[in-house]
Amino acid sequence: MNRLTLYSIPILLTAFLVLVTNGCNTTGGPGAGGLVTNAGAAEEVYVAPGQYDEFYAFLSGGFSGQISVYGLPSGRLLKVIPVFSVDAEKAYGFNEETKPMLNTSYGFVPWDDAHHPELSQTNGQTDGRWIFINGNNTPRIARVDLSTFETAEIIEIPNSGGNHSSPFTTENTEYVVAGTRFGVPYPQNDVAISSYAENFKGMLTFIQVNPESGQMEIAFQVLLPAFDYDLAHSGKGKSHGWTFFTSYNTEQKNTLLEVNASQNDKDFIAAVNWKKAEEYIAQGKFKEIPARYAHNVYSDETHQATSTMEEKVKVLLPEECPGLVYFLPTPKSPHGVDVDPSGEYIVGNGKLSADLTVHSFSKMLTAIENQSFETTISGIPVLKYEEVVGGVVKEPGLGPLHTEFDGNGNAYTTFFISSEIVKWKVGTWEVLDRVPCYYSVGHLMIPGGDSQHPQGKYMVAMNKITKDRYLPTGPELNQSAQLYDISGDKMRLLLDFPTVGEPHYAQGISADRVVPRVVKFYPIEENKHPYAALGEKQTKVERQGNQVHVYMTTIRSHFAPDNIEGIKVGDKVFFHVTNLEQDWDVPHGFAVMGNDNSEILIMPGQTETSVWEPKRPGVYPFYCTDFCSALHQEMQGYIRISPANSNTPLKWSLGEDIVQ
Amino acid sequence: MKRLPQLLMALSIIALLSLFKLPLWRIKLIAPQYPTGVNMDIWINKIGGDNPGTLQNINILNHYVGMKMIEPDSIPELHYFPYIILALAGLGLLALLINKPWAYISWAVLVILLAAVGIYDFYLWEYDYGHNLSPTAPIKVPGATYQPPLFGKKTILNFTAYSYPHRGGILAGISILLAFVAYWLKKKKA
Repeated sequence: MNRLTLYSIPILLTAFLVLVTNGCNTTGGPGAGGLVTNAGAAEEVYVAPGQYDEFYAFLSGGFSGQISVYGLPSGRLLKVIPVFSVDAEKAYGFNEETKPMLNTSYGFVPWDDAHHPELSQTNGQTDGRWIFINGNNTPRIARVDLSTFETAEIIEIPNSGGNHSSPFTTENTEYVVAGTRFGVPYPQNDVAISSYAENFKGMLTFIQVNPESGQMEIAFQVLLPAFDYDLAHSGKGKSHGWTFFTSYNTEQKNTLLEVNASQNDKDFIAAVNWKKAEEYIAQGKFKEIPARYAHNVYSDETHQATSTMEEKVKVLLPEECPGLVYFLPTPKSPHGVDVDPSGEYIVGNGKLSADLTVHSFSKMLTAIENQSFETTISGIPVLKYEEVVGGVVKEPGLGPLHTEFDGNGNAYTTFFISSEIVKWKVGTWEVLDRVPCYYSVGHLMIPGGDSQHPQGKYMVAMNKITKDRYLPTGPELNQSAQLYDISGDKMRLLLDFPTVGEPHYAQGISADRVVPRVVKFYPIEENKHPYAALGEKQTKVERQGNQVHVYMTTIRSHFAPDNIEGIKVGDKVFFHVTNLEQDWDVPHGFAVMGNDNSEILIMPGQTETSVWEPKRPGVYPFYCTDFCSALHQEMQGYIRISPANSNTPLKWSLGEDIVQ
Repeated sequence: MKRLPQLLMALSIIALLSLFKLPLWRIKLIAPQYPTGVNMDIWINKIGGDNPGTLQNINILNHYVGMKMIEPDSIPELHYFPYIILALAGLGLLALLINKPWAYISWAVLVILLAAVGIYDFYLWEYDYGHNLSPTAPIKVPGATYQPPLFGKKTILNFTAYSYPHRGGILAGISILLAFVAYWLKKKKA
């Protein structure tokens, strides 16, 4: 062979591959572009070692009560943030500092079902400051600070049951909302379940967010009929000032809902004019009612959380506040309600409907103006369906659940039953493309895809069923997610990866909006923890009755003190451990043998407290649980426990023997 | 431009006085787990780094091999060095007023001499830290010493150490250069 022939082989081969790959991409119809991916896709999700992903993705953990943070497009797991569930790894809910975070009006609730993460926004754009998430079971909303990736605040929602249509934000994070999925007696009371229609109500809550600190406060609640308020999204641009909630069970049944709540042809989207609500609040047209709910705030200065029990809440009654709420009839138990980036179109994903109904905001305003009402329910006008519907996507698939947008005039809707995502054109309502999901997709996420300014490059599908996607792990499988490229005309499957817990909704944001604000360690001089030892000279052991407070420090590679004597059975020992390190990624851990508690993991500059009630006399080792340094294995100490009635003097030391 | 030498001399003094604001020297330690390096900066009156924890981090590293803690309070040079710089600036001002070639050259030579003494002193400190090791050091490498380079690059265990003048040090060098130029111009005109 001559040289020319040799050279031409790779060239021809490349040409062939290009043809093959392009061929794959342009074949339409179900299954195409999904079943077979190609070498090009691998390259598109490849983030070289040491390189950063372009996007952060925050996936809710569902019944894990957590948020997991992934990098996109690689699908690499970056962190799991404990929010509503105790986490022994980080001592969240185990150390004294974070126990108040999980306090509720029912006491310490160590778990919740976390569904919908929602990033804070400024001018309709994700700003990378906070991410909010709802606890579904014991109604709560949490705020995670994205400078530390730690839960900063949790507020309980009173008069609610199944906090599902939450915590969707307004375009400047004026409010995050919390709607109840389950009707509950109002006020909560011992009544016959069969008195549902009479005694039960559905409450929508508006939580004001402080624009500087992010701190939440319940501004007001709106009392509605006991429908199941399923999901929400706030208006944007022209519809800023309104929030839309889907509902099902407008039949108001309390048993066998799968049948009884699926009878009405149309349920409602409740449109709440929160600017109007602000006017009514200012006019004093609210009822202040007793309500017990916990408000828990963590401080990065004291490194401690405090829990305050709030006593009352302001409630607005639509009967007394005309123009506050309208019902938009929407076919067949709508699930997600999604507002397009322009704010004009409100997509009602009627999950039992063959079509996808899209309402028009401007038509809604006209209908309100013309009083085109079908009827009135509990003082709430029901607008005429024909007067508000802006368009219908005809037979796009089966079981529509959620829609996101790409910022180029396209919408992407998940279909649970037909297990696919369908791309359609906003305004013309024509179906443009479809891709299969593995399997039975619930939510989908496009970074910024529910904001005014989507970053429409990637799309993540979060699926409810995994089956055979990965190596089997027994009866229980992690949920699966798929990453698609949506930058072209056709959606292309790039990656398939397992997730933590059961992701419901997710949020994505380009990394450059988050990275500059991320904290690397806590400056030790700013540590205001009441039990901090800000240097080894401040370490000590203090006895107050049967409570013993150990002011301990860690630095590579020792504890100070590391020999402690004079503790007795029956004592309650508080190890207040301050990590004196001032470098990124140098946490120290602390654990003592036989403690019915987790380890603690202390970040540089932080103080954490582990409580131990020793049960038996003896000498117990403690040690650093985080491989901190070359002499990590040497980072250990002893604590001597004497019988309850003994007289062993309280002494402590480092580097020398305790003198008896 | 009759006043050019005086102007240059004034600039030279300002460049020298920059040492009150800018670090004189930087020792940078690079290792795989320190991708951005540990950057220790030496000022005329303090030792620090590019973040408040730098000195503590260096001391943590040093204690493994038995090196002494770097405690700026116990380094006398950091107390009197600022006075030397002030005195030099004063003498520089005097030279500027005298405005004669000999005044400029004398000042420049004086600065060079003091700089040489300073660098020798720096070497002695480095030698002491690198050789005077605790007998109870956790890590003992037979025959190893840990003196950082005076100038340039050196491998110390898992670290590569770089030692170079920092912004203030470079400006001090420029200060000397300016004084020489002032001298040369003055002499040419005379």
